Amino acid sequence: MSEIRYTDQHEWVRVEGDIATIGITDYAQEQLGDVVYVELPEVGTQIAAGDEAAVVESVKAASEVYAPVSGEVIEVNEDLDGSPAGVNEDAMGSGWFIKMKIEDMDELDKLMDEDSYKSFVEGLD
Amino acid sequence: MTQAAAHDDLKITPLHALHIELGAKMVPFAGYDMPVQYPMGVLNEHLHTRAKAGLFDVSHMGQAWIEGPDFETVAGAMEALVPGDLLALAPGAIRYTQLTNNGGGILDDLMITRPAEADRANSLFIIVNAACKDEDFKHIAANMPTGVALKPITDRALIALQGPTAADVFAGFAPEAVEMNFMTARAMNVAGIPCLVSRSGYTGEDGYEISVPEKDAVALTQKLLAHADVAPIGLGARDSLRLEAGLCLYGHDINHQTSPVEAALLWSISKRRRAEGGFPGAAIVQKQIAEGVTRKRVGILPEGKAPAREGTGIADEQGNVLGIITSGGYGPTVGGPIAMGYIDIAHAKPGTKIFLAVRGKDRPAQVVTMPFIEKRFHRTKP
Repeated sequence: MSEIRYTDQHEWVRVEGDIATIGITDYAQEQLGDVVYVELPEVGTQIAAGDEAAVVESVKAASEVYAPVSGEVIEVNEDLDGSPAGVNEDAMGSGWFIKMKIEDMDELDKLMDEDSYKSFVEGLD
Repeated sequence: MTQAAAHDDLKITPLHALHIELGAKMVPFAGYDMPVQYPMGVLNEHLHTRAKAGLFDVSHMGQAWIEGPDFETVAGAMEALVPGDLLALAPGAIRYTQLTNNGGGILDDLMITRPAEADRANSLFIIVNAACKDEDFKHIAANMPTGVALKPITDRALIALQGPTAADVFAGFAPEAVEMNFMTARAMNVAGIPCLVSRSGYTGEDGYEISVPEKDAVALTQKLLAHADVAPIGLGARDSLRLEAGLCLYGHDINHQTSPVEAALLWSISKRRRAEGGFPGAAIVQKQIAEGVTRKRVGILPEGKAPAREGTGIADEQGNVLGIITSGGYGPTVGGPIAMGYIDIAHAKPGTKIFLAVRGKDRPAQVVTMPFIEKRFHRTKP
């Protein structure tokens, strides 16, 4: 079983071994509206937790996506280049942004689990 | 929901409750609580308007009569404030023009109609931007000669029906509107409701703007929305539609520091007005016409897929600053990023290669002619 964690900036991270798959939550894609462009980092880039990892542009505005954990980008979702709307269609699945090799597994402890994130989002409405 | 509380001090339009019922996401805009989008979403609302017909609540905009002893006196009085040729307006014709300041800058842009009806022969009908209306009305009222007065219209909503099937849809409610030309207006019954109907709009599409008594606004809107071709459209799509059409948004693409010449709005000033002047800042505008300007508003097409938003810097290949983007985003019909902005006149020619500084990277783009889409206004007369 993989484990999903969430940030208060509405990123999700699915952990399998020391590999993190990162995307934005369904709540985030709904708030953004139609996604028209996603700018992804180069494979090999080192990103620290909390730093900008990607930019997602909706019809309305550009929003930064922050890395939930520190590590090296090992893969980016190139499908988003041709069909950025994939983020709206399946934000938690095929609309993932990047995969990172996690440097410090302890960083995951600072993130929210599903229940905490759910109550966090409910508190926003 | 904390939303209602946060918006307590905002004004609402007569259609406010209907927007909520339709599931709109409401945002503060120009002091009003307005729909930015409906459940359809900005992208599909935009595409729907270009494919069929979109219905917009623009009741937040300012409507007013300018009344006086006769048309010539009223038109002459308003010509002292705008560079548009009002004396040349035929009955029922609409003019797009600007309120200018003494520096030749733009206080607001507006539509001025000479009503076709005999009982309004001594009036002009104006529509100004929501964010500017209080200032505009004060400014106009303070500058009218004795016998000419501005009367704000506060008991009418304003709705726009825009898109390629707008005329077909509207024919079912107001058959006589079909034969109207673009930029003309007439008083007529729409579904039995007395309205002032303009064949005009701000989307690049054919369509109508309907000034309707406040008490009938919801009923008329619901009748129009009941047509299968018509969907409610929010401010989000209104912005991307006008951007694709190359139309200015006041406070962004034009302001008190941009002149009509710099803003590429010289087409809205007739030969007579260019020669005679007689509007605030005329000497500066005439000098710009004669000697040229140092910067100009142009269309900009980014080469990649990344949108360049308002405030993005424009540079040449060597990194010299050439100007700034004033409106930019994604054009759903274009299928990519589009923008407009002010650029150094030496680089304003269509086809000129420029670079846009988006997130620290210089991204190639080129100057292009606007609109970004083909306009489909209705004109039958040559």
